[in-house]
Order: sequence, then structure tokens, then C-alpha cells
Amino acid sequence: MTEFTLNGQTQRVEADPDMPLLWVLRDELKLTGTKFGCGVAACGACTVHIDGVPTRSCQTFLGDIEGAEITTIESIDTPEARAIREAWVELQVPQCGYCQSGQIMSASALLAETPKPSDEDIDFAMEGNICRCASYARIRRAIHRAAEIMEA
Amino acid sequence: MLHYLDTKLPQPTPTRRAFLKLSAGAVGGLLIGSVIPMRGVAQSAGAGDTLVTPFVHITPDNRVIVLSKHLDKGQGAATGLATLVAEELDASAEQVEAVFAPSNPEVYQNLLFGVQGTGGSTAMANSFDQYRQAGATARAMIVNAAADAWGVAAGDISVANGVVSGGGNTATLGELAVQAALQEPPAEVSLKAPDDWVYIGKSFPRVELAQKTRGSVGMFGIDAQPEDCLIAVTARPPRFGATLASVDASEALSMPGVVQVLEIPQGVTVLANNTWAAMQAREALVLDWAEGSGETRGTDELMEEFRALLDAPGNPSAPRGDAAARLAEAAQVVEAEYFFPFLAHAPMEPLDMTVLYDGETASFWGGSQIQTLDHGAAAAVLGLEMGQIAINTTWGGGSFGRRATFDSHLAVETATIAKAWLDGGNGARPIKLIYSREDDIRGGYYRPMALHRVRAGLDAEGNIAGWEHRIVSQSIFAGTPFESFVFTEGVDHSTVEGTSDTPYAIPDMHVDVHHPQVGVPPLWWRSVGHTHTAYVMETMMDELAVAAGRDPVEFRLAYLEGEPRLAGALRLAAERAGPAGPDGTSRGVAVHKSFNSYAAEIADVRLRDDGSVKVEKVTCGIDCGVPINPDNIAAQIEGGLGYGLSAVLREEITLTEGEVDQFNYPDYPPLRITDMPEVEVHIVPSTEAPTGIGEPGTPPIGPAVANAVFAATGERVRTLPFSRHGLA
Repeated sequence: MTEFTLNGQTQRVEADPDMPLLWVLRDELKLTGTKFGCGVAACGACTVHIDGVPTRSCQTFLGDIEGAEITTIESIDTPEARAIREAWVELQVPQCGYCQSGQIMSASALLAETPKPSDEDIDFAMEGNICRCASYARIRRAIHRAAEIMEA
Repeated sequence: MLHYLDTKLPQPTPTRRAFLKLSAGAVGGLLIGSVIPMRGVAQSAGAGDTLVTPFVHITPDNRVIVLSKHLDKGQGAATGLATLVAEELDASAEQVEAVFAPSNPEVYQNLLFGVQGTGGSTAMANSFDQYRQAGATARAMIVNAAADAWGVAAGDISVANGVVSGGGNTATLGELAVQAALQEPPAEVSLKAPDDWVYIGKSFPRVELAQKTRGSVGMFGIDAQPEDCLIAVTARPPRFGATLASVDASEALSMPGVVQVLEIPQGVTVLANNTWAAMQAREALVLDWAEGSGETRGTDELMEEFRALLDAPGNPSAPRGDAAARLAEAAQVVEAEYFFPFLAHAPMEPLDMTVLYDGETASFWGGSQIQTLDHGAAAAVLGLEMGQIAINTTWGGGSFGRRATFDSHLAVETATIAKAWLDGGNGARPIKLIYSREDDIRGGYYRPMALHRVRAGLDAEGNIAGWEHRIVSQSIFAGTPFESFVFTEGVDHSTVEGTSDTPYAIPDMHVDVHHPQVGVPPLWWRSVGHTHTAYVMETMMDELAVAAGRDPVEFRLAYLEGEPRLAGALRLAAERAGPAGPDGTSRGVAVHKSFNSYAAEIADVRLRDDGSVKVEKVTCGIDCGVPINPDNIAAQIEGGLGYGLSAVLREEITLTEGEVDQFNYPDYPPLRITDMPEVEVHIVPSTEAPTGIGEPGTPPIGPAVANAVFAATGERVRTLPFSRHGLA
């Protein structure tokens, strides 16, 4: 039995401690917003926040998250996430949208840390998130736009 | 949007006639005058009295639900179709949503294919009239209902932004839906004049974007979570075409969560209660594979065999003039050989399909891209009529061609597993088949490998004097249901498209082709043959321009006098790109016509300190007819060129003794944000019928960047990807 905080609620899960958090979320808890892309922490589609830090849930194991505070795309509602979502829709960022849960989790963590990120900051924070639709130019613009929204 | 998980719609059995109807005119009458009773979406809307037409439902709670016959895997087809309906219905943008139509080729066929399917950048081209007529038909029924209710002449009733007005009365579309449902659909409708359009040409917002920022439940196939669902993963042979010799599943079966192990023709499938257990158990299978008819050659051997074919005449494709004679007397001859590797599509959502089969009926959920083929293939496996099967199309997490297969292998495998499960004496349970990323990268259905050799001449005045062009590549279409459309006289047109039918006025041209047999399943990959032909044509045109001492834009325009639309796209891009060389960048130009659209891309490139290529900016001119949604056109060009750039920089599937060498994104590295250029898209204004936009942005980027690299380094990259040369 592993106990942790998930989206503000205490959660207890009885499963293989080696099960990646990704599959705990998707299969055991039916939270499918967090996506499976590669399983080897190479694409960022499975990004969640663990204690506020963007983390690849496919390489984070149930046994390692005892007591941790986990936030997923379904529930993240920080001012940064709200600004990111608004900018994402305003600039029509997603195409297929499959990677966007992870993109939004990474981008909102970036803004929480760096309210006015430079292009280099964006490169560094977002390089781990693959988008096969190549919505990258819009992701960059939308992060800058979200920073403006936050400032206003 | 949960509709698809609990919706089972009546499925008329398609007739052979439906497969043979290929012209838009032949099926236009299906829409006008036919209102078929379907309650699926209305039920999930919580309302029984809904105006239901094949392409749009209007609910009493004022929702306008457009049924998209096309899979939307990011290209924006659902929004495009919703735009067309909203335009003629005069709905408000806020009330419009989209769901995917059931599989039914009688009603929902792609008018250019004759089956229900999405591809070839045809969604708007084949639906432009049909979905506008659908909107106009629904509008007429609403107006007639209002006329009856208010005692006002239909001609005195107007509709704007979802509000119906006349004789001092107003109502929403939804308020009139119940009465409208009782109206006879009009026999004929007239469509708005372009000057009256309020949405077409104005960037209608994507209908599903808010959901895509929230991880909304049930959007993608992989998110299907029916109660009691088993997860299936299959161990497939390490070589294409190999077969199972033996399996020892005892350890796998002893693992927690594992429910069953099935031997199926495709391999060995593990069924488990969760994905992790299924994947772990698959690792624990002890498998022995027999050689079978498996491909045993490696990339090097294939390349050697392909290269030998370059010396022998192939099957000609539309030869004209006398290329050999012109080359014999040419002042200069430029000769080059090109290699293009296998490419995987690698969409972000790996392949998946979910099925519930009870022996008499079956429902499938997933990003089906050619529903009619998947439907028929599933019926054949399960021994059911198509009418006993529902295909519930979900949003696709990318595709780039991968979710559209001739053999419906995913539907076949899913159905095979479901049948084996039930035939094994088990009770009906939903089963979700999932590919891992490794299954995807190593699973074949690649853009086939291609070799090209070109000899092109210039006369003393610097004009093209003869062009000989030989291509060696596996046929994509031979042996498929679409063969007769594309494969004639020994030539797969999808291999040579963009060469023998080049828009350039090259009078003496000889293109021929060899189609060697390779035991690796090939597939169309975003822009198909244009992925390699544009690269060859446009780098060769650049070489010729350089050899002739002519400006690359002017040189191209000289051969495009009969092609004003491609010339127009090039002129627009060149004008907007401004002078070359800002910030020490080098410039490359490429144009290409594909899917009846005309694209020009101008790349400004810099070499990083480590010698790798950074594309700083791409300026694009695009003519795709009436620009239905300019912002989506820009998005598709951005994405299309990003996808093409990804491939030319680092993507390559190679084989060693028939086994794929790559596994996952670390060794099949896609473009990342750090590689993405700034993209400017300029649309040529047009009143022509709309043409493709999902693919045409992809072909020109590789040659534009390669030409810029030549400008920077003097080096011609002819063996792809760039990473082979330290350029990425």
C-alpha cells in the first residue's frame, strides 16, 4: 500500500511498487489525461508535478512516491496553468493534442519558476517534450503570451 | 466528450455499389432528401427531440453537433467540417461541436475514395460542397419550421449567429429543432456567395482545443476505459514475415495481473488487468521464432541491390522528348545519386484499438483512419456482417499516415484477439490492444527506402537540356485494394509523383522506376512519394541554377510560366522573405506542388559551432484554393515542415539482417523545440476549390534546407538524414 496526495486528495494504492506512476494514474485510478508516449522518459507526454517539480511519470515508480504531492493535468489550477491554458487556446497551439498535457505541465512549472522566461529558458524547460505535430513555434509564443497574461 | 464510449449507432450494411461510386455528383443526393433516424448523439445530449440529419444534429439545448466523417488526428478536419456547416446554417461559433460519424460508407464515404477514409489531404477538397449543403439543408428546415410556427413567409425569416428572426419573433436554432425535425428536407438548397461568408476564410476556432488543454476523459483511443477492460500487448516477430516456432508462457502466466496468453497469427498476445502487467509479462515470454518468409537483408545489402538496379532501365513514367539526345549534346551535365532511408511515422499516441465482442456483435474504439477497410476486415475476422459491428472513431493522437493501412492490421489483430478470447470459453470482456513505442518504431509500415539517380543537362545558355531520372523504391500500392488507382504499367505513381508530372516545363525528360520486392511493409508517410521526389527535384534545380549562374528563384520561375499558381506561391514567399543573409544566415529555396496545392519555402539557416544545422526561419507561400481556415493552414504548414525537417535532420530506420536497429525516441530522435524555426506563412488569395493542406508543407522543407546548407558549406547532402554527415 502506497499513500500519497493526488490532486489535493489523499490516495492509497495497492499495486506492484515497481509499477510506473503513469500506469497507476491511467489504469488503476482512471486518470487518462497523463499520456503514454515512450515509456523511457524521452518524450515528456507523461509529465506530472511531484512536489511542484515537472517529472516523467513513466520512470517514477509507485514505491518511490510515498508521501509525495502529485498534480496531474486534470486538476492543475495554478495561476500559471490558467494563463498557459488561456494562451494555448488563444494561439490555437494543439494539433493532435496528445502531447499537450505534458507540454502544459512543463510550461506551467517553467512559469512558476521563471515568470518572464527568455527563449533560452523555454528551450531548456521544454526540450524534453516532443510534439510530432511540431506545434513548437506556437508553444514558444504561447509561453511568452502566458507570461504577459500573468503580468497583467 | 464521452459520446463514443456509450454510443452504438445503427450500421447499414454497405453494398458493393457504395464502393464503386467515386464521383461527388453520384452521392450528393444521399444528403439532400435523406434524414436517417439516429439517436446516438441525441441520447447522450440528454434530449430525445433533435433535428437529425446525416451530417448535423441540432439539439433542443441549442447545440449544433457536426458529424465528422473524417478522422481528426491533428490536421483540423473536424473543425473544417464544422466551419462549413456553421457557415451555411448561420450557427454561432460557440454552439458548434464535432463528433465522429459512425462507419457507414453509403453516407460517409470520402467522395474521392469511394470508401470512408481520411488521407491524401482530401478532407476539405471532397467535403466542401457536401458539408455546406448539409448546413444549408438544416437551415432551410429551421427556417420552414419558424415560418410555420410564426405564420411568417419563409422569405421573411433570417438567421444570423444562431438566432432566427422574422415577423417580430426570435428563437434559437435549438428552440426550433423539434419543429424543424418534422419538416421535409428541401429538394435543393442554394449556397452562399463567397462575399457573404462569415466563417470561411476567418479562422474558425478549433472545436476541441479547450478539452485538449485539460486532459479530458475519453478523447483518444488509448483513453478508452470500458468497465472490466483487459489490456493486450503482442510479442511480434523480430523480423518481418517470421513466424512463431514455440513459446513458453509459464513464467508470464504466473505474474500478478496476467489473465491469459494467446497464440495468434500475428505473434503471442498477453492479456492482463493493467498495461504494466501486460508489458512485464510479455518480457517474460520465452519465444523462439522460425525464419519463415522473413526479410533477412540489412540496409547495406538492400542499398547495394537497389544501386545495382540504378544501372538497368526501369519502367518508364510519362517520358517525353528525347532526354538522352539532349544530354549527349549538353554543354554541362550534372549527375547525382540520392539515398532516402526507411522512416517511421512515430505519432505521439502509439497505435491502439479497443474492442468489445460478444459473439454476435462487436464495437471497436480507436483512431480508425479508413473506417470502411477496418470495418470490413474486422467483420471478416469475426465472421459477422458489417451491420453487426460498430466502429467508433476517436480523436487520433497524430497519424501522419500510420493509422491508415491497406491491410487494417490493427483492426485485424484486435478482432483476432477478441475472437480467440471468446472462443477460449471466456465471457465477453472489452479488450484494449496497445502498442509500446518500441512496437511502433520496430513495427514496419515505413516510408519505403528510395534511391534516385539524376542526370540533367544545361545548354550553353544555361537552359535545362535533358533530364534522366531513375528511382528504385518498393511499391506502396502494389497488391493493395487501391492498386488500380495508382499502379499502372509497372509504375507506382506514388513513387514517381513530383518527378514525371513536375510542374516545371522540362520538354526532354525520362523518368523510370524499379520496384524491388522487400519484406518490410511499406506505407504512405505524410506526403508519400513527395517526401523524396521533392528533395531530388528541388536540390537538382538548385544545382542547375548554380551551374548556370542563375538566381534560384528566377531560374525556377523561368520553368513555371505555365504554372501560375506555383509561380505565385514562390513570388509571394520570395517577396516576403526579403533579402537573403540576415544575421549571417544562408538561404535555400524550394517549391513543390502536391495534393493539388502549391507550396514555396525559403529557409534561412545557420550552422552552430558544432557544425549542426539550425534553421532559423522559414518563409512559406501557399496556394491551397479558398483558404477555409487561414490559421489552420498556417498551423499545418508549420507542422508539416516541422515533420519534414525532423526526418531530414535525424530520422532513419535501418535494418541489420532483417531486424530493425532502432527502438524508441532516443535512437529515432524527433524534432524538438530547440530545432524548430520561426515560420511565416503567407497565403495566396484564391477563389479556386479548396485543396490539400495537411501534407503540402512537408515536401519543400528538406530541399530548402539542403540548398541553404550548400550555400553555407558548398556541400550537397544527398544521403539522408543530415545526422550521417555531422550536420545534425
